[in-house]
Amino acid sequence: MTERYDAIVIGAGHNGLVCASLLGKAGRKVLVLEANEQVGGAAVTREFADGYSVSSCAHLLYQLQPQVQKDLGLKVDLAGDKLGTVALAADGKHVRLNGDDISGVGDEDTANYRRFRKRMTRFSDLLKTYLNKTAPRLSKDASKSDMLTLAQLGFDVRRLGKTEMQEFLRLIGMNIHDELTERFESELLRGAISLDAVLGTFLGPRSPNTILTYLYRLAGSHGTLSQPAGGMSSVTEALAHSARDNGVVIRTGMKVKRVVIENGRATGVETESGETFSSWLVVSNADPKSTIMNLVGVKNVETGFTRRVHHIRMRCNAAKLHLALDGLPTIAGVEKREFGGRFVIAPDEAYVERAFNHAKYGETSAKPVFEVTFPSFRDTTLAPTGKHVMSAVVQYVPYELREGWSEESHAAFEKLAIETLAQYMPDLPERITASELLTPLDIEEQFHITGGHWHHGELTLDQFLFTRPVGGAHQYKMPLDGLYLCGAGAHPGGGVSGAAGRNAARAILKSGGQV
Amino acid sequence: MKTYDAIVVGAGHNGLTNAAYLAKSGLDVLCVEKNDYIGGATVSRNLYKDWTYSNCSYVCSLLRPEIYRDLDLARHGLQITPYGGGSVFMENGDYLGSYSDHEVAYREYARFSKADADAYERYSADTMRQCKFIREFLMRTPPDPTSFKPRDLKELAYLGAKFFEMGEQRMYDTIRFWTMSVAEYLDEYFETDVIKAALSGSGIIGTALGIHSPGTAYVLLHHYMGDVDGNIGAWGYARGGTGAVAKAICSSFQSLGGELRTDAGVEQILVKNGKVSGVALSTGEEVKANIVVSALDVKNTFLKCMDKNDLDDDFYHRVKNFKIRGSSGKVNIALGGMPTFPALPKGSPLLDGDMHFIDSMERMERAYDDWKEGTWSKDPYIDMVIPTVSDPTMAPPGKHFMSCFVQYCPAQIEGREWTDEEREQFGQTVINQIADYSPDFKDLIEHMEVRTPSTIEDEIGITEGNIFHGELTMDQLMFNRPIPGYAQYRGPVGGLYMCGSSNHPGGGIMAAPGCNAAREILYDLKRQDITPANYGDD
Repeated sequence: MTERYDAIVIGAGHNGLVCASLLGKAGRKVLVLEANEQVGGAAVTREFADGYSVSSCAHLLYQLQPQVQKDLGLKVDLAGDKLGTVALAADGKHVRLNGDDISGVGDEDTANYRRFRKRMTRFSDLLKTYLNKTAPRLSKDASKSDMLTLAQLGFDVRRLGKTEMQEFLRLIGMNIHDELTERFESELLRGAISLDAVLGTFLGPRSPNTILTYLYRLAGSHGTLSQPAGGMSSVTEALAHSARDNGVVIRTGMKVKRVVIENGRATGVETESGETFSSWLVVSNADPKSTIMNLVGVKNVETGFTRRVHHIRMRCNAAKLHLALDGLPTIAGVEKREFGGRFVIAPDEAYVERAFNHAKYGETSAKPVFEVTFPSFRDTTLAPTGKHVMSAVVQYVPYELREGWSEESHAAFEKLAIETLAQYMPDLPERITASELLTPLDIEEQFHITGGHWHHGELTLDQFLFTRPVGGAHQYKMPLDGLYLCGAGAHPGGGVSGAAGRNAARAILKSGGQV
Repeated sequence: MKTYDAIVVGAGHNGLTNAAYLAKSGLDVLCVEKNDYIGGATVSRNLYKDWTYSNCSYVCSLLRPEIYRDLDLARHGLQITPYGGGSVFMENGDYLGSYSDHEVAYREYARFSKADADAYERYSADTMRQCKFIREFLMRTPPDPTSFKPRDLKELAYLGAKFFEMGEQRMYDTIRFWTMSVAEYLDEYFETDVIKAALSGSGIIGTALGIHSPGTAYVLLHHYMGDVDGNIGAWGYARGGTGAVAKAICSSFQSLGGELRTDAGVEQILVKNGKVSGVALSTGEEVKANIVVSALDVKNTFLKCMDKNDLDDDFYHRVKNFKIRGSSGKVNIALGGMPTFPALPKGSPLLDGDMHFIDSMERMERAYDDWKEGTWSKDPYIDMVIPTVSDPTMAPPGKHFMSCFVQYCPAQIEGREWTDEEREQFGQTVINQIADYSPDFKDLIEHMEVRTPSTIEDEIGITEGNIFHGELTMDQLMFNRPIPGYAQYRGPVGGLYMCGSSNHPGGGIMAAPGCNAAREILYDLKRQDITPANYGDD
């Protein structure tokens, strides 16, 4: 008879680690089982070519919630902070953004950008409060604290003042395109902002809901970008360290096969290797679909719930491109020091919209959009001396390619992506010594996320707050006794934020942790 | 000179409804219309020989039954005949029929997929539940969520209570429904492409969005929430053409003592000391009134008919940014006989309903992509009806009138005006698509009228010819419609009101904005509320 844990966390992604560490800190005996050999889930640094490493999925830090850092006393070593963004123009007349600062646009756009930022950061602060709380239940039987949260939400929205409240209620369901066209002259600026709004989504700038996705991105540090030293693993390693300090046992290379259910209750897990672990609670850091469909099994939950889970939209459209370079490429009009920041390729909004069009039909963008970084510029540990790595998010690359993903389609898209980059970095192709393209399908396979979706489910108003992952199961507790969800598929969603893990831990502890 | 109690600008169905209620309350009301005919887009005209063209709005469902009865429109000659079905012609020669009879609809869906036929039960029930929820709010003034006035708080509480009445899971479902795309909504029920394509049309009609755009599930509702004789979701034809609706409301208005003047466009709404004083007409005449109610869309009202100096900058700016997008056109055709559609059996009841030619979700969405690029859809979504199948009064014996609503069709081509040649090509695009399914159709065409958003705007006046007077997106619905803070039918100047479809609950021949605006005016005048209350369903 093996010992019985208070909780078993399935998956050592950043949310799983945050949750485990907080439970451990509260005195619970916790076991974390991770399928991969490395902790971190999609927040990891991996070597993709001899001597060249990158953050495999998430590559910039901008959402890590201060509450998480505070609760765990977490210190993340940064290789760079307050990274600037250069929105690349083919003619070298780039637009540069960093926080409230902007250059490369006219005076009117500059002033409007500040006003825009001021409003958006204010709204994102409002949002942030609720990202760090359990979303309330809407019910006559809701708990006092649910009612309180709802009332507080109402109060906070009112507290914005009449005009700002009106704007908030108007903008929250709107598309970024209309707002940007109303405000800005510069097409490049509009392109760059709309890119931030659509990264990681199945939306184009004209799709309603893209203001929400933009606000979500700001709801942390107002979009201030930083680069963890040693890549994203340093964040998750720090979390794992904190968890172990709190008595948590972490075992890697242990893929969970199923949740053990006895008398209608989750009582442990069984791994692929056939080992069984028993616990009072099972907390899944896996996405809601694989949790319910694969680990729990549809016969163990109610049909209506299964159907809702089945309908969670989580087919990713973002790919990662990693290049090993024998030197930095040249970009017209960009100084060398700027390689420490972020480049975006989204020359105008119509370009982004057209890139999106393809995704609707299961095609890759003919002219994709990019978020590009050269992390080795600030962090020499990532590449051999004098050499560099490039890490880029490329969009749109559908999970379900119409023709199907094959070596040919994989190679063809990689070629197209590099050719597109070469329009801005002409000598890039000749500097490439190795490359890796992770399509959503690759991400699914390697990181065990259904659809390869970094948010564990599209971040849209219909899958947000009360309805994330699905309405009625949005308070981390799943409709199977003893089972909780703590990953990005739960409220509030993805990004390296730790909010879902922290909220889940708090919900578990609040319920007594054993019920 | 005479001072009217109220002048209503625009004799569309909302203007007339508003005017009728003000007259019914005993006010001295003048309704002015720029054209020499009434109805605005709710119009039928003789454009060719003995044919009656419903050349803008062509079918009817949303007209509130409360108003229909209250204004005694049946007595004033309005008769709405429901049509029983519709069809989608498929590229492979087959067709999908849609039937108002649930059993028949089930069998037809089962012909494609048993699972879809079963899902249709669930789909109908779920969608109907949303309809019933929204129908509660159509005849009510939206509360201002920023206000602390007892009236607003009470209304907010009412809405909240209605919402909570649905029960927990339904509330979540409702939140999802209001925010998701019609494609995603349908994906949750159906697997057959043509079934999804057939149902998705209602999610984009009149809207500058594609089926994949979040928020289009709500637009679907906007086309389902009406009824004909209590049959929720049914659509019908006004006998004698759509103009019969406006004529009946106008007749009711005049019988209540109201005065109508056509050929009297408003040049400017006059403001004196921060209050309206009347209107200046295109005839050069000035007419005085204490109240001016505009049935025009908000852009027309404030940007064209008012002096900028009478409005504050912020309000003016917001009106400018109000979204009224030209996304659809019309092609109206006089036919020398009934065209044959070989896919359907001869004399099929489906010929009486709305016919479509897009059989896949991809074609639906691609039609939108063309619009985003500033051109009309090369493979457009056409909602085609031949009302003369059931209403012989609209064409000479044996001949027919065909109305094609065409989406997408932009107000401008790549940012510049349409040329005549392009309008011609647009018409041909439509003709060709229909002709693919009806070999004798082209030869039967006797006369044809092609209308783009700009030609509709030129004639009727609606900005960009938008059938809803403004996009039905979340940022322009309920208390956000037309502009946050002005959703209660009151304009920014004393005595100025708005009663057109730019206001809650939006467009379609519903007449609810006109009626709701009347209620607010009577409230301000401290007169008895004589507008009808919402009928409960069931």
